[in-house]
Amino acid sequence: MSATRRITDTLVIVAVMLLVWQILHQIAGETALPAPLPTMTYLMHMVPTARFATNAAATLLALSFALLLAYAIGLGIGVWMGAHRLSGAVGEPILVALYSLPKITLYPVVLLIFGLGLSGKVAFGAMHGILPVALLTIGAIRAIPPVYLRSARTLHLSPWQTIATVLLPAALPEVFTGLRIGFSVTLLGVLLGEMFASKQGLGSLIMSDMSLAQSEDMVTVAIILFAFAAIANALLLWVEHRLHRRV
Amino acid sequence: MTRVGLIRIVVIVALIGALELACRLGFINHRTIIPPSEMATALYSLLASGAINADIERTLGVILLVIALSIVFGFALGVVIHALPRVREALDPLFATYYAVPIFIFYPVLIAIFGLSPMPIVLIGVATAVVAMIIATLNGLDRVPRVLTKVARVHRLGPVTTAVTLQLPAAAPYLFTGVKLSVSYGFIAVIAAEFILSPAGLGRDIADAYADFNNRRMYALILFLLIIATIVNGLLHTLDMRWTERRAGGRP
Repeated sequence: MSATRRITDTLVIVAVMLLVWQILHQIAGETALPAPLPTMTYLMHMVPTARFATNAAATLLALSFALLLAYAIGLGIGVWMGAHRLSGAVGEPILVALYSLPKITLYPVVLLIFGLGLSGKVAFGAMHGILPVALLTIGAIRAIPPVYLRSARTLHLSPWQTIATVLLPAALPEVFTGLRIGFSVTLLGVLLGEMFASKQGLGSLIMSDMSLAQSEDMVTVAIILFAFAAIANALLLWVEHRLHRRV
Repeated sequence: MTRVGLIRIVVIVALIGALELACRLGFINHRTIIPPSEMATALYSLLASGAINADIERTLGVILLVIALSIVFGFALGVVIHALPRVREALDPLFATYYAVPIFIFYPVLIAIFGLSPMPIVLIGVATAVVAMIIATLNGLDRVPRVLTKVARVHRLGPVTTAVTLQLPAAAPYLFTGVKLSVSYGFIAVIAAEFILSPAGLGRDIADAYADFNNRRMYALILFLLIIATIVNGLLHTLDMRWTERRAGGRP
């Protein structure tokens, strides 16, 4: 498919979504759902304000820490269970089972352990991200042709050297898929955490907007988060495609 | 029971045992986590008292409704979109991005529109679950072997007979993947919505128990939901395995 056609398609989708939004606005009324155009002008006014900036910074900070933890722990578990056959056979179904559980039910437990505030949000976000990163890393490492490992052994590489110079480069494209999915679910985890109990961050901003019936503000924040996630995903997908083509 | 399965059970039991021990010996504060055995007894007395029956009915009812709507609409939309290649091509970027954006942040917007009722919960649940079913349906229909449509033409089958006797069975494994994902997503979205803000339901109960520092009730409810989710996921997994085996066994 040509690039221009793809761009036109995306524009058509956006146009259709805006149209649906406008229709919903006509049905729901001004107070419940503001129209697209006023929301866009509102967005221009809102983004430079200190209120938005501090909350966005709080969310970004929590997201960065959560991603760091999710990636480190997820890769650690993934490499371990991918390389060690028995651990993987025992552990993988447990990880799969945990992955499909509604983790939101565990948020109160996270809050009791880590407290309200940054560490609770970070822990909850990381909880979401660890599993897809670990699961895809396990799959990626298992898919490595055994001959790679045999040559590593022939060259007398230490376990660390084997991981750094053979396992990770060979598994990188698929591992990166894990990192991309991990990004999305970690963002979701952080936002859910903020929505339930937090005084800071865009998730809590949306909830306070809702209770104060400031729908313009609420929809604007939702749109910004939506766009942020979509753009981040597109960038990560782009990198991922390049990695896949390299191999 | 295989050796690996045995080790897995030992690992899980050991983890629960370690938690129990850490709580009993006072390494973990009682106000943070209560011992697993206490969670179980708390859940038993909570279920026996019947105090949460109404909420169980409500939450599971909403989840069932969400799953049913998602599967029916997802399948129907999938069939329609599959028949329109140009529309499908245009929708591709949307499908590729859909599960990467936090759809859930629109839940407060839905509450603002529809008020605090089951309606926003059902909508956010379907919005989360339906797209997985659409994508699975498209995948499944793509994988129907060409030869089947030719066979249908040779036997002069009508479109309905072709769909029911040939296309549907061929696409079934992919459709089942869609069902599995819809169930899992529907469950998660409904519980999350109830938890964040809802007039009633099990998710709301957990949030309330947390706010009241009622740890016994909170852990009992959490345990209950985790058990239900594990049973449902386990059942779907077993079904999946059995069907895969049967298909593999049928092959020469």
